[in-house]
Amino acid sequence: MTLSREDVTKIAHLARLALTDEELTHYQGQLSAVLDYAARLNELDLTGVPPSTHAAGRRNVLREDVIAPSLASDDALFNAAAAADGQFLIQSVLDA
Amino acid sequence: MDLSTLTLTELRDALRRGETTSVAATTAMIDRIVTYDNALRSYLTVADESALEQAAAADRRRAAGEDGPLLGIPLAIKDIICTAGIPTTAGSKILEGFIPPYDAFVVERLLAAGAVILGKTNTDEFAMGSSTENSAYVTTANPWDVARVPGGSSGGSAAAVAAGLAYGALGTDTGGSVRQPASFCGLVGLRPTYGRVSRWGVIAFASSLDQVGPFGRTVADCAALLGVIAGHDPRDSTSLDAPVPNYEAALTGDIRGLRVGVPREYFIEGIAPEVKSAVRAAIDDLAALGAEIVEVSLPHTHYGLPVYYLIAPAEASANLARYDGTRFGPRVEGADMIDTVRQTRALFGPEVKRRIMLGTYALSAGYYDEYYGRALRARTLIAEDFRRAFETVDVIAAPTSPTTAFRIGERVDDPLSMYLADVFTLPLNLSAACGLSVPCGVDSAGLPIGLQLIGDTLQEARVLNAAYAYEDARPWHRRLPVVPALEP
Repeated sequence: MTLSREDVTKIAHLARLALTDEELTHYQGQLSAVLDYAARLNELDLTGVPPSTHAAGRRNVLREDVIAPSLASDDALFNAAAAADGQFLIQSVLDA
Repeated sequence: MDLSTLTLTELRDALRRGETTSVAATTAMIDRIVTYDNALRSYLTVADESALEQAAAADRRRAAGEDGPLLGIPLAIKDIICTAGIPTTAGSKILEGFIPPYDAFVVERLLAAGAVILGKTNTDEFAMGSSTENSAYVTTANPWDVARVPGGSSGGSAAAVAAGLAYGALGTDTGGSVRQPASFCGLVGLRPTYGRVSRWGVIAFASSLDQVGPFGRTVADCAALLGVIAGHDPRDSTSLDAPVPNYEAALTGDIRGLRVGVPREYFIEGIAPEVKSAVRAAIDDLAALGAEIVEVSLPHTHYGLPVYYLIAPAEASANLARYDGTRFGPRVEGADMIDTVRQTRALFGPEVKRRIMLGTYALSAGYYDEYYGRALRARTLIAEDFRRAFETVDVIAAPTSPTTAFRIGERVDDPLSMYLADVFTLPLNLSAACGLSVPCGVDSAGLPIGLQLIGDTLQEARVLNAAYAYEDARPWHRRLPVVPALEP
């Protein structure tokens, strides 16, 4: 499996990662190598084998829908890069 | 009394007899951190002020007649576990300056038990690595040879305990990140059954694989720590609501009739001859203690690494989507909102970016079935291997890692060779088993070798007792490293 430069650029876009040209070249080679290694799984006959999302075999866990204490808004905002009026502050995503 | 050479349980005995105090032990640890941690770089943050307050409070509780398994014991916490008021970075620049507003479940438990939190230990960024070389801050040195890695990702916790800079520590084990550094540093390190310990407040790497586990110099130390951190927590929906046995009381040392399986697949690919012979000798010792040795097969072992390196990055790419410079961590302002997110996320280090990219690809339209979907099915086969083996044996014995500690820098440019350090630990994480590493010898360079003992779901007590019997016969833990004291 050899990824093209376009493939790597597209993945970086989907992952919202700003990568330098050097990084793109580097990851193009390394991701291809790891995917080649992963191709080992093609040796397996997986017909009829169900997927496991995790090992614990737990089913849905439900609780009563009751109001309980949660993080205070000052605490929740404490680590924000920017906050105003009790809210996280971000750049506008709509044209003014 | 030389407080620095005591194990956790020995310190506890000394506290109970009134021979020392938590304040004295905590002060001794802080002094040792000042003297030795310039050479080791095991701690990212030392919380000396709050530690001494906690120690004084523990001494008051003891003076008032209270006792408990960890009352007054100074411990270290991997910096991926949230501690209210103490910076928590996950070894990443993207969480530089982050101060958690709440404690992780395991930290709540430790503090309620009266333990003392000395500080936060170094980790590969978001626990992605096997050496601590992926930490954005420092590379931790191995106390047995400071030119070598301590293992990872919980390498800071392992180095701190091995060097006598804490009496015990917590790490996390997603693919071997407690057992492998325990092996490299000559410690006991346990990865509990998935769900045995709550993940509440643990910064997520791969949610279906992550689990908190203890490090101790001895099996009893680990048992004491596990007893406090195990248990049900409704805030983690995968937390198991199963009774917590008295792990310390389970340490009888009697393993007569215990059926120990030896998986043939763990004694082949790339294992160092000295590791192989030490582990074989340890298995002979278990037989001499009355265990019955049975050859078993875990036929899909060979597929563990590719399955893990699809599933863990896929989950990581989803978990790490939250780091966008809005709610926590620094923000790198860009031309618009999307650009800000892209520039902020450039703060991730190379291994984290590599895994986000890999995971994003494995989950992307058109490739999901081919990569992630196949990996989930192959995972079923690996879990089945363990389930089937445990129909005929009680415990599985194997090497923890194929080699002893490697040199700093030796594997950094070759991700696949780095990943091989976890080839014997990560199949367990894909299953419902639990396991530990216990020291079983040293190689010709004097570096520790680990024996991995694996048990079925929630069989931690059985695994701990098997390790305890071995440790009692072969007390490798009495050998201590000599750490150079470097001026800052």
